[in-house]
Amino acid sequence: MIATQALTKRFGAVTAVDSVDLSVNEGDRYGFLGPNGSGKTTTVRMLLGLVFPTSGTAQVMGVDVPNGLPHVLPSIGSLVEGPAAYGHLSARSNLTLLDAAGPGGGRQSRRRRVDEALEQVGLAGVGRRPVKAYSLGMRQRLGLAAALLRTPKLLILDEPTNGLDPQGSKEIRDLLLTMNRAGTTLFVSSHLLAEVESLCTRVGVLDQGRLVLQEELDQLRAPTGRTVLRTPDVDHAVALLDGRITARDGDRLVVLGGSPEDLVAHLAAAGVRISEISAERVTLEDVVLSVTSHGNDHIAASP
Amino acid sequence: MIRVEIAKLLRRPRTWVAIGLLCLLPIIVAFFLKLSPLAPRPGEGPAFLSAVVSNGSLFPAAALGIVLPLFLPVAVAVIAGDAVAGEAASGTLRYLLIRPVGRTRLLVAKLVSILVFLGLAVSLVAGSAYVVGVSLFGSNPVLTSLSGTVITPADLARRTMLVLLYVAWSMVGVASIALLLSTLTDSSLGAALGALAALVLSQVLVTLDAADVVQPYLPTRYWLSWVDIFRDPILWHDVERGVLVQGGYVVVLLGISWAGFMTRDITS
Repeated sequence: MIATQALTKRFGAVTAVDSVDLSVNEGDRYGFLGPNGSGKTTTVRMLLGLVFPTSGTAQVMGVDVPNGLPHVLPSIGSLVEGPAAYGHLSARSNLTLLDAAGPGGGRQSRRRRVDEALEQVGLAGVGRRPVKAYSLGMRQRLGLAAALLRTPKLLILDEPTNGLDPQGSKEIRDLLLTMNRAGTTLFVSSHLLAEVESLCTRVGVLDQGRLVLQEELDQLRAPTGRTVLRTPDVDHAVALLDGRITARDGDRLVVLGGSPEDLVAHLAAAGVRISEISAERVTLEDVVLSVTSHGNDHIAASP
Repeated sequence: MIRVEIAKLLRRPRTWVAIGLLCLLPIIVAFFLKLSPLAPRPGEGPAFLSAVVSNGSLFPAAALGIVLPLFLPVAVAVIAGDAVAGEAASGTLRYLLIRPVGRTRLLVAKLVSILVFLGLAVSLVAGSAYVVGVSLFGSNPVLTSLSGTVITPADLARRTMLVLLYVAWSMVGVASIALLLSTLTDSSLGAALGALAALVLSQVLVTLDAADVVQPYLPTRYWLSWVDIFRDPILWHDVERGVLVQGGYVVVLLGISWAGFMTRDITS
């Protein structure tokens, strides 16, 4: 669906995107992560033909960027750096004008499609109020509705749940999952790790313009082979598992080797009480923090 | 896309406020003329006004002459300066481009909507001025041209129409400057002010003898030549020059706008 080879963008002396090789397969739910200013938005803009690469190539839905884009853009829905609309018009007028502005949306079906898109994002009853009176969350929903207008095959969404409350975020996540099951490929850029963790199957992490990680989420979060347990009888447990403890923090122990099942049996037989036990998994946060540096909005004092 | 742009233009309150103000200005002038016991002497005040008092049907042309030097260029600079920069500032430019609307098509649609605005503005100014002029000063079927010969009402209508077209076309140069600046910046105010600054410079140079080398090519040089349309026979020389100069500005400036806009990174 999306592939880039050594995609690079320089703005003057600043290298915003540095030799990025993305690969997003059809049907993926791809999470594009990275600190603020790491080049996520510039990459998205290049994929959509808004910004021209300094070097490198990219293909989206099988065509070259940017020359082939006019053929595929009608079936791509996108949200780039926040929603935008004409403030003096209603949601319905905004969507109608946007749909009428370009190809790939029949005129007869326009009214129905606009209504459906508003329904999908939960704005069906919004009426004739002008967009300038909308809350942040409503604007976000309107931006999503614009992305969904022509039942896209590929959704490129920058911070899709920005400005939404927890219920709203959940609602939009469910909508995106439903669309993905119906065959839409998702490419979601975000810095909300929890959101990516609950939505995506594959992640790419950008840091200072470089793609530092691109992997299936399941493999990233594969068990580490260690077990984490909590017990009130810490000393007893430590004595029993001598040499296998890799970390001890209060009543929390990290044990190397053996499955949690075997450990439970072993400890219980020796009379050690266990209040909590599970196989250790790396969280997405651990992974991302280990490969990225500070965002460029963090400006430390120079020594 | 062109239809969409025109719809956006017509649904924007600002369009109608601008046109309303443009129409209001000549009406204010007309009331002062009516209330004052003294008609302006020929050659005093905006061109043509002395003749209006004796014949209201000349007022549409006079009204266009009143808005031409300042108010119409300001309105056009504001509308054209906002054309691309306004979309960029509100973020809608990126959504239009990925809709996708081709960049060339977007520029053409913007230009057409500016022309529609111009057409609307001059027609409504002339129309409202006709109504006000005839009701305040009456319409006298016997008309004299500026050269003293008699012209018929049909001829007057034809000449007024020509003035209308000429005044509108004179603004196309302003529109091109503002549109060019509008593709270069994300600030519509900056683009509008830039275009007006260019016009002020042009006006200064028009009155400066030392600049006579460039004078024939200045955008404002032939603006006031519309008066020649009311001579008998019509003095075409300056009018033709005016049309050509404006055409040159349109071609060159829009060419530059197009070339720049096609390769520009849209980071707004």
